[in-house]
Amino acid sequence: MQEQIQEVLALTNRWVKRLSREKFSMLFTLIQPMLFWLIFFGNLFQRAADVQVVQAPNYMSFLAAGVVVMTVLNNGLAGGVDLLFDKENGFLERLMATPIRRSSVILSRFLFVMAITGMQILVILGVAFLFGVQAETGILGIAVILLIGMAFGIGLTAISMAMAFSVKSHGDFFSVLGFLSLPMIFLSSALVPLAAMPGWMNVLALFNPMTWVIDAVRPLIISGWSQALPQVAIAAAVLIAFDALCLYGGAKAFKRTVG
Amino acid sequence: MSSSIAIDVQGLGKSYDGVKAVDNLSLTVHEGEIFGLLGPNGAGKSTTLRILITTLKPTSGTAKIFGRDVVEEADTVRRLIGYVPQERAIDRFLTGREHLLLLADLYHLKKDEARTRIDSLLKLVSLEEHADRVAKGYSGGMKRKLDIACGLLPNPKVLFLDEPTLGLDVQSRLNIWEYVRQLRDQGITIVMTTNYLDEADQLCDRLAIIDRGQIRAIGSPKDLKAGLGGDGVWLTLGDPTPQALEKLTTALKTLPYVRAITPREQGLDVRVDGPEKALPAILEIAGKVGCRLDGIEYHRPRLDDVFVAHTGRSMKDDLQESSSD
Repeated sequence: MQEQIQEVLALTNRWVKRLSREKFSMLFTLIQPMLFWLIFFGNLFQRAADVQVVQAPNYMSFLAAGVVVMTVLNNGLAGGVDLLFDKENGFLERLMATPIRRSSVILSRFLFVMAITGMQILVILGVAFLFGVQAETGILGIAVILLIGMAFGIGLTAISMAMAFSVKSHGDFFSVLGFLSLPMIFLSSALVPLAAMPGWMNVLALFNPMTWVIDAVRPLIISGWSQALPQVAIAAAVLIAFDALCLYGGAKAFKRTVG
Repeated sequence: MSSSIAIDVQGLGKSYDGVKAVDNLSLTVHEGEIFGLLGPNGAGKSTTLRILITTLKPTSGTAKIFGRDVVEEADTVRRLIGYVPQERAIDRFLTGREHLLLLADLYHLKKDEARTRIDSLLKLVSLEEHADRVAKGYSGGMKRKLDIACGLLPNPKVLFLDEPTLGLDVQSRLNIWEYVRQLRDQGITIVMTTNYLDEADQLCDRLAIIDRGQIRAIGSPKDLKAGLGGDGVWLTLGDPTPQALEKLTTALKTLPYVRAITPREQGLDVRVDGPEKALPAILEIAGKVGCRLDGIEYHRPRLDDVFVAHTGRSMKDDLQESSSD
């Protein structure tokens, strides 16, 4: 047990070092979702979006939950990229030839992606606060948002790692990534409430776990506990099923690659 | 050959979708020797290496390192071995020292132990000056040195090297050879893959020639070359009529140092022991029987000849094929 902690910490430390030395990439990772979605999109649609339709004090407060979950989505789906490069250049093989628990590499990645995602959620909520969006459920609500975000992130990171272990080349990986991420966003309640969607999109969005996650985070920001709690309960159920499925698939892909 | 066995491979096989990458391969490596796996790209030597370092499971057969099975006792095997992958397997965002610190944690070394060992390894490969620079700026030779330091960090009994000098300049290459010999002299068993004939010839104590997943020949470079039947003397006749060739062949057969004679274009291929005596004697005989020689060419057998003899094709052809892909 102590040995595994030593392994996971050392491997996580490597991810942190890498990120801190890729200053450009770090800046983009951290700033992009806020800048692009929250600030530009939020302000752009501030007056175009009908508050009756979005059922929120203003579009920015409606969008905050969407941006939080979109960040989780992007971080999670990209969570396996570094492992993919490690696989391609042989670093993974170097690691696997050492007497570590096979799971340590995976665990370090989860730990790292979750930490980054958590920080980003806090920064996004902070920026939203500067634009006048205040979480109705306070500090405790923010803690619940973090928990939900990470629970969703675990499943997504597992998908990403499974893909990293399964694809033939990183070209394939990025094609799938690009194909997945935008439809996941548009076919969810991130930008528009379900009720305001065309019927067929509404139906598809119901099958998107992201919708349920956003619908739990949103009332935590704009409504309050009484409306949020039932949604949080539903999201918890969806996430348990989602994570179980993703972790199962991820474990299978991992076993196939590293035995 | 009385030393104990470090690696014992029996009937090893690995198939991918029905294609045999390694096919019923058996070999033993003795403790304290440099053992080479020589073959063209795609011959199965890397697959064999990956099975030995436990990162790939064989589909049949067994491999044991100091008696420990690479599948059943993988974790124990991993504590006995060091691995030096091909040069690309370096994290360009980490410094040399950070690579070693990471591995120290993965081998569960204590902090103090790690620090002293890392310092001495950096000294060994003379990388101290660059230890705290990120690897992005390292030259090919420096990366290789770092790789070797990484492979040595666990104090391994067996060190595996994958194409240790691929793409290096001549000087770095010679340096790496020197390190490898030093390590062998310290008692570390070395297993390396290579597709350089001269490297296999000069560095390896013994080697296995692998082609299409199978071992074609195994032994020391010297024995393998001697197995070809001596040095070659190629005679080109001025007037190569069948009668003249016949006469010369009969006369040469009386010489004690001649081991075999085969016809070749415009002349004969004579295999001899000890060229100092054989060459003058051959010239004398040719004069005696009245054969005018237009050319005489002498060459020691090369490892490439061994490769040709055992696989029916030249390794150089293969290298050219693969580089023109």
